[in-house]
Amino acid sequence: MRQALAMLLPVTLALVACQREERDTRPQSALGSGEQPTPVTTLEPGGQRPSPTDNKAASFEANAFHMSEGKRLFSWFNCSGCHANGGGGMGPALMDEKWLYGSSIESIHATIRDGRPNGMPSFGQKIPDDQIWELAAYVRALGGNAPSSAAPQRNDGMMVHPSENRLPDAATLGKSP
Amino acid sequence: MSSADVTGDRHIPEPDPAKGDLAPERDGPRDTGMDDASLHRWLERTWRTPSGIVGALSSVDHKVIARRYLITAFVFLGLGGLNAVAMRIQLSGPQRGLIGPDLYNQLFTMHGVTMMFLFAVPIVQATGIYLVPLMVGTRNIAFPRLNAFGYWIYVSGGAFAWVSFALNMAPDVGWFAYVPLSGPEFAPGKRADVWAQMITYTEVSSLAVAVATIVTVFKQRAPGMSLDKIPLYVWAMLVTSFVVVFAMPAVMITSTFLILDRLVGTHIFNPAEGGDALLFQHLFWFFGHPEVYIIFLPATGMVSAIIPVFARRLTFGHLGLVLSLIAVGFLSFGLWVHHMFATGLPKLGASFFTASSMLIAIPNGVQIFCWLATLWDGRPVIRTPLLFVFGFFFIFVIGGLTGVMLASVPLDLQVHDTYFVVAHFHYVLIGGSVFPLLGAAYFWFPKITGRMMSERLGRCHFWLAFIGFNAAFFPMHLVGLWGMPRRVYTYPAELGWGNINLFISAGALLFFLSFVLFTFNLVHGALKGTLAGNNPWDAGTLEWATSSPPPSYNFARIPLVTHIEPLWAEREALPVATGLRVDARELLISTVAEAYPDIREKSATPSIWPLFAALAVGGTFLYSIFTPWAIVWGAAPIAITLIGWFWPKGDPEDQE
Amino acid sequence: MTFALCVLLLQGCAGWQSALDPKGPAAGELAWLIWFFTALCAVVWVLVMIALVAPLVMRSRPGDEPLLLDEAAERRKMRVVAFAVGLTAIILIGLTLLSFFANRTLAAIGSEAALTIRVTGHQWWWEVRYEDATPSRILTTANEIHIPAGEPVRLLLTSTDVIHSFWIPSLAGKLDLIPGHMNVLDIKADKPGVYRGQCAEFCGAQHANMGTFIIAEPRPKFDAWLNDQLQPAGAPASGEAKAGADLFLKRPCVMCHRIGGTPAGGTVAPDLTHIASRKTLAAGTLTMSRGNLAAWIADPQGIKPGSHMPVADLNGDELNAIVAYLEGLK
Repeated sequence: MRQALAMLLPVTLALVACQREERDTRPQSALGSGEQPTPVTTLEPGGQRPSPTDNKAASFEANAFHMSEGKRLFSWFNCSGCHANGGGGMGPALMDEKWLYGSSIESIHATIRDGRPNGMPSFGQKIPDDQIWELAAYVRALGGNAPSSAAPQRNDGMMVHPSENRLPDAATLGKSP
Repeated sequence: MSSADVTGDRHIPEPDPAKGDLAPERDGPRDTGMDDASLHRWLERTWRTPSGIVGALSSVDHKVIARRYLITAFVFLGLGGLNAVAMRIQLSGPQRGLIGPDLYNQLFTMHGVTMMFLFAVPIVQATGIYLVPLMVGTRNIAFPRLNAFGYWIYVSGGAFAWVSFALNMAPDVGWFAYVPLSGPEFAPGKRADVWAQMITYTEVSSLAVAVATIVTVFKQRAPGMSLDKIPLYVWAMLVTSFVVVFAMPAVMITSTFLILDRLVGTHIFNPAEGGDALLFQHLFWFFGHPEVYIIFLPATGMVSAIIPVFARRLTFGHLGLVLSLIAVGFLSFGLWVHHMFATGLPKLGASFFTASSMLIAIPNGVQIFCWLATLWDGRPVIRTPLLFVFGFFFIFVIGGLTGVMLASVPLDLQVHDTYFVVAHFHYVLIGGSVFPLLGAAYFWFPKITGRMMSERLGRCHFWLAFIGFNAAFFPMHLVGLWGMPRRVYTYPAELGWGNINLFISAGALLFFLSFVLFTFNLVHGALKGTLAGNNPWDAGTLEWATSSPPPSYNFARIPLVTHIEPLWAEREALPVATGLRVDARELLISTVAEAYPDIREKSATPSIWPLFAALAVGGTFLYSIFTPWAIVWGAAPIAITLIGWFWPKGDPEDQE
Repeated sequence: MTFALCVLLLQGCAGWQSALDPKGPAAGELAWLIWFFTALCAVVWVLVMIALVAPLVMRSRPGDEPLLLDEAAERRKMRVVAFAVGLTAIILIGLTLLSFFANRTLAAIGSEAALTIRVTGHQWWWEVRYEDATPSRILTTANEIHIPAGEPVRLLLTSTDVIHSFWIPSLAGKLDLIPGHMNVLDIKADKPGVYRGQCAEFCGAQHANMGTFIIAEPRPKFDAWLNDQLQPAGAPASGEAKAGADLFLKRPCVMCHRIGGTPAGGTVAPDLTHIASRKTLAAGTLTMSRGNLAAWIADPQGIKPGSHMPVADLNGDELNAIVAYLEGLK
């Protein structure tokens, strides 16, 4: 019994850890990855993204390193200029439960890459694809949609909102858990 | 109120033990006047570790626990050594691509963490757990269940770190884990959390051992072992334990602050919100410098134990050595800032710490001179343990002198965080602690196993280790002065460090091989070594009075100490104290200063609960790196196991 | 023996980044201090070793009765030990005073520094800003610090991310760059030359490849360099370079880097206005050449794994054009 438990523990840990802890900084193919058909005008809320083809989503979505890199890029690329640390300003808020184009990482990736009507620019040429995935993973964490054990922690700076790993899931915000 | 009757070959005047007023039914058979064979039967039945796997897991015998500690720590030494070999292969030439920075940073962090927290401190404490009760002439360590608990905590902490390493989530921020690099912003994932929690709870085990050692030394000494007759090794462990008690909480606070910053979002180390990154370094080194002495002081105790035996005379300057130990213990808390000279502290303040760092060289000098004076008489008998002590002198004195160089603020600014420092602290820690430990291994191996290790292999081992060590670490002084910083996973070819690094790597490999030889000698000695007898070296301290290996009850009758080296003073037969019960685990408690027999005290019986408690605590700590709620959920199993542990047994806890 | 070997080895150690090859007053003072301490420590060590080996060589009495001690000999020994301890104390006091006064000498070096340079540590490069009262004369560059030879220069050290440590062994001791703190390091190079240094405090994945250079030049040459660097970037010369300039603004480069005189204004990565005038790339990791520039842009994660320079999705033509452009930014 004890041995079985002892065996089980590392195995479980391994499964949990492998996604969260990997640090891949060098994408396999440097050129032209992530090309997928992207309807630019999907306007309905919660837009159905019928393209779960890119297997990159999984390797970025719950990965602590990539989310933390996304957080750095969010500030480096001045996303706050419009989205104001996630609270929203000229651009929509990213910390609430409203997702104009869907909350999946693929949708957010497409939003950053191709832009959206009414102001979201297209960064497809300006940000390498992997960094877009990192940003997308981070934006999901802003809404409390990332596992708290992998979401970024607070910054060494003035606090503008609770750290991402302590943000409540925006969908249940204000409701008792 | 009743105390031991004092009988034996000679009658020593002791304060008259008021005869017991205990109810007869509470009293069992005593060892007074019992013949040796039945005494052995009684005591063996009372003190033995129960058989079976559950029995083994519930053992509270200090010797059993210490053996486990020693073996576990030795395994961690091997793992840490493999880390070092991997790093040396990567550094053997410029721009080697064998190991990338991500893995290399984990490797050197694991090397430091393993060597400091999982090898050095546990192994010196384990040696103490084994030897201190024997040397002070008692039947078990104080708080035996706490001691067992400490071991389980330590194993689970070590396993936690190494399982993390296997899962590619080992800490990669250095064994010092400075913020902000280890802080919430720059160390994503769980790696730095693993560091923080693993430190906190392996130090729990260290604290447990320290407390047990202090109480054992203060209250369980054999009658007559007044403060001036305590062996130097025991003094060293006592001072070390006090240093542990005051230093370890500092690092536990540091690591707890770190994990609070990371998991709960506090701002203790966040300058923008009023915290300070340097605070971490102050707290860490307030522990970190005494840590060096926690590792080094027990080794001085070992040297003090080995030298008189092979020099065949009493230690010169016993009092001076004891006072130096205590002085080092105190001063070790006053010089942490010399690790931080490069942080830009106010210049006058830094100079103060130059002076205090220089000051600690004086008591250490006193120790060295007293040992030399001891060796000066006559021709010492050169056996492997003494060879390692000579190696200790050769290496440690270099390390100590480079330490004096590092104490100087301006000089430190050039060599700080270079390979010069790497060389310095390996000279201090390996020379000052590992060489005496190896000597101690050869010295006390016969006591632990009943068999001798091979002298011939021992000498080969010594020379291999000595040459390998110096080849590996002496050139590091040079390459450090040539500008090579620490903790680099590679270096450019143009700087011309390639050849010397290749040489260092070859030396490191040789040094590693010496440990392979040592392992072989250990196994060979344990299986095929010649039988040792009680006192193979004709040494003078109490642990040699009992059989090798000692019986579960250590001494059939508690010895009565009349001299600093009792076995040399009482060549014929040791006087003994009697009056302890043989059907229950009873210890003789004596007064702190004069070691007058005072009361009889129960010693805890074997119990599986310390293991369960350690599992509950370990699980809580492990889970807490994922969510702070673990503290809440983990409290329940911890409470349950502690209730089980301390459940009243229905018999009087103390019999006065 | 060891000592002789050590002296021999130390003599052949003139190096680019060696504390024993001082090129400035601070490092000179420190090298003298290192030698003095080493010599003194070596003497002490030899004496201790003699005291250790002597009883092995000269046999006085066989050890038979360990408790029997010669009182007179013990008293004699006590005197010797007391003398040795006293001597140790005197040596240590001397060394303490010596290092105290050396510290004062070091502190006096930069008292009349005319030039102030702010060095900011980043993971894993150095931002260098020449302070000036006139805003248009403030120069920002990266990784290479030009200073006038023979003049003290004041460096203000700080960091925006983790702790780094600035260390040019042949000029001065190291000092940390700590976020939230500002440290002051005064340096002076006696003669013109190129002095290498690197980050000395572990700062993460690419700590090993965080090099920096101090380039000391005669005052007129330094002034000319400063004036050149203050100019905006030159216009691209060839057609390919022109295409590269356009691509620079359209592709990922523009997100982080600044090129003076163009819309590229990123401040989170090294300033590239005059990148081709520098000696190295990627904080001292590669020497500046067309090939290395292309290699670095094409595969930064292969050269400095974990660094913040991403793999940009560029095709061969785009890469060549950008390299041609950057190569022209003298």
